[in-house]
Amino acid sequence: MARKAITGNGAIALALKQVEPDVMAAYPITPQTEIAQNYAQYVANGDVVTEYIAVESEHSAMSAAIGSAAAGARTITATSSQGFALMWEMLFIAASLRLPITMPVITRALSGPINIHCDHSDSMGGRDCGWIQLYGEDAQEGYDNAIQAFRIAEHMDVRLPVMTMIDGFIISGAIGPVETLDDEQVKEFVGDYVAVNSLLNVEKPVTVGAFDSLGGWYFEHKIAQNRAMENAMDVIEEVGREFGELFGREYAHFKTHEVEDADIVLVAIGSAAGNVKTVVTKLRAEGRKVGVLKVRTFRPFPTEQIREALSGAKVIGVMDRSDSFGAQGGPLFTEVSAAMYGGESHPQIYNFIYGLGGRDIFPDDIEGAVEMLEKAAAGDTLAQQRHYLNVREG
Amino acid sequence: MQQITEIRWHARGGQGAVTAAKMVAEVALSQDKYFQAFPEYGPERSGAPIVAFTRISDEPIQIYSAIEHPDYVLVLDPTLLDVVDVTAGTSEGAVVIVNSEGACSELAGRSEMAGRKVYTVPATKIALETIKRAIPNTPLIGALAKVSGLFSLEGILEEVQTSLSKKFNDGVVNANLEAVNRGYEEVSDE
Repeated sequence: MARKAITGNGAIALALKQVEPDVMAAYPITPQTEIAQNYAQYVANGDVVTEYIAVESEHSAMSAAIGSAAAGARTITATSSQGFALMWEMLFIAASLRLPITMPVITRALSGPINIHCDHSDSMGGRDCGWIQLYGEDAQEGYDNAIQAFRIAEHMDVRLPVMTMIDGFIISGAIGPVETLDDEQVKEFVGDYVAVNSLLNVEKPVTVGAFDSLGGWYFEHKIAQNRAMENAMDVIEEVGREFGELFGREYAHFKTHEVEDADIVLVAIGSAAGNVKTVVTKLRAEGRKVGVLKVRTFRPFPTEQIREALSGAKVIGVMDRSDSFGAQGGPLFTEVSAAMYGGESHPQIYNFIYGLGGRDIFPDDIEGAVEMLEKAAAGDTLAQQRHYLNVREG
Repeated sequence: MQQITEIRWHARGGQGAVTAAKMVAEVALSQDKYFQAFPEYGPERSGAPIVAFTRISDEPIQIYSAIEHPDYVLVLDPTLLDVVDVTAGTSEGAVVIVNSEGACSELAGRSEMAGRKVYTVPATKIALETIKRAIPNTPLIGALAKVSGLFSLEGILEEVQTSLSKKFNDGVVNANLEAVNRGYEEVSDE
């Protein structure tokens, strides 16, 4: 193991190099570019034996990844924003073919207007495409999640593609300390790749991507996909626990800080969870009963565990870095609200949309949100359910 | 409350501010501290004003927003003083280190510097005399070490030696080491 000063992208590219998959099919896009570039460099330098397919678009990247994974190769790609959007139809196909592709997504806003900075519109837009989604707070979590993704995707009870997110620029471009593993540790952890129903297995010929319409099994196929998602719930935890036992950093579906006796709990995802934690620590020192729950697994959504963890809260503030136009709130908000509806306690739940197009989220913005929630906790119900943080006047 | 030292770098594209912020991160790494180094992301053009940030702490840093109230401001190009409000967000007592051959008292007399601790270091002159190029970042790192006491001079010299010797010959490495040393010696509040 070593401690390195490295960017989020650099850390993820290193993780992929240490796994050394058979095929990388990628197209560079800001802010993911450094991953495609570094990996191409590893290939050019002969550091890895991976076949690098320099495709002409992200639609092609995902198509090539699907072909490669169906052929029986351990396959990766990486993307952001418009690239993610261009992959759209192929994302569903990768999941429904049960191909264990892994893909770091360096989150970025979607056009228009054109914007290259961070928000979660890209990955959150893809929340129902059938991929497992893990969100990381910092470069360390981006590195660790990128490695664990292979074990989760390739587990025989799962066999689903996994995308691992870090925040574009904020984490992908910032240099921070990352504890990296040795190549052998990573290779041993992910293990050898086992192909299932490989197209190249001439002993057992299979058809991939066949027509399956009325009178067929399309419906049952979809139910099987959802069952695999349910299975992933335990597998993600098992893998996170084993990672912790081996390397000292344990992972679960989410992480709580000061939640147990909190009246007010903020739910956050991505790098903002760190900002919130910093503010919570400060407010706790002032005797204010605030906590934070940081979501890691968004798909499958750990409904019951989150309901249980939030059951003691009087007021919940859910922070979304993407909006859902015309919906009741952002994606994380609607998910948490639905989870709490099924429980005994019915806390007030508010939504704070922040950070669209890379707009910063400062400690003062978060304290302002807590102040609103404290009023709500004192019985002064807020008129609006959806609030926007750090928005310009006029 | 966690103690985090926050540094803001002002420069023009091409003067090595991002490299300097990164080098300081590497020094922090070598001294077992926690750190963050990041530029203000935008269209970067050679010669245009840019900003970069560094955070340093003895504990893990979990805040990722831009630095609003820096403890140290480093100005790599004195012509920026008339273009950018380099002391924006700073409190009284904040330290401003400017790459300038002029007298410190002159700069300290500027209205935006009131209450700030102002230092100057002739970093471009040092760079031209040592590394023979007008890249003032290494002398400024030396100056920062002296003024802040965040790192030992030896720690920085070691780091510069390690990181530069991967890419450059001994001549270049030694010139940079001298640049750091002279920045450390020549920074002044007079």
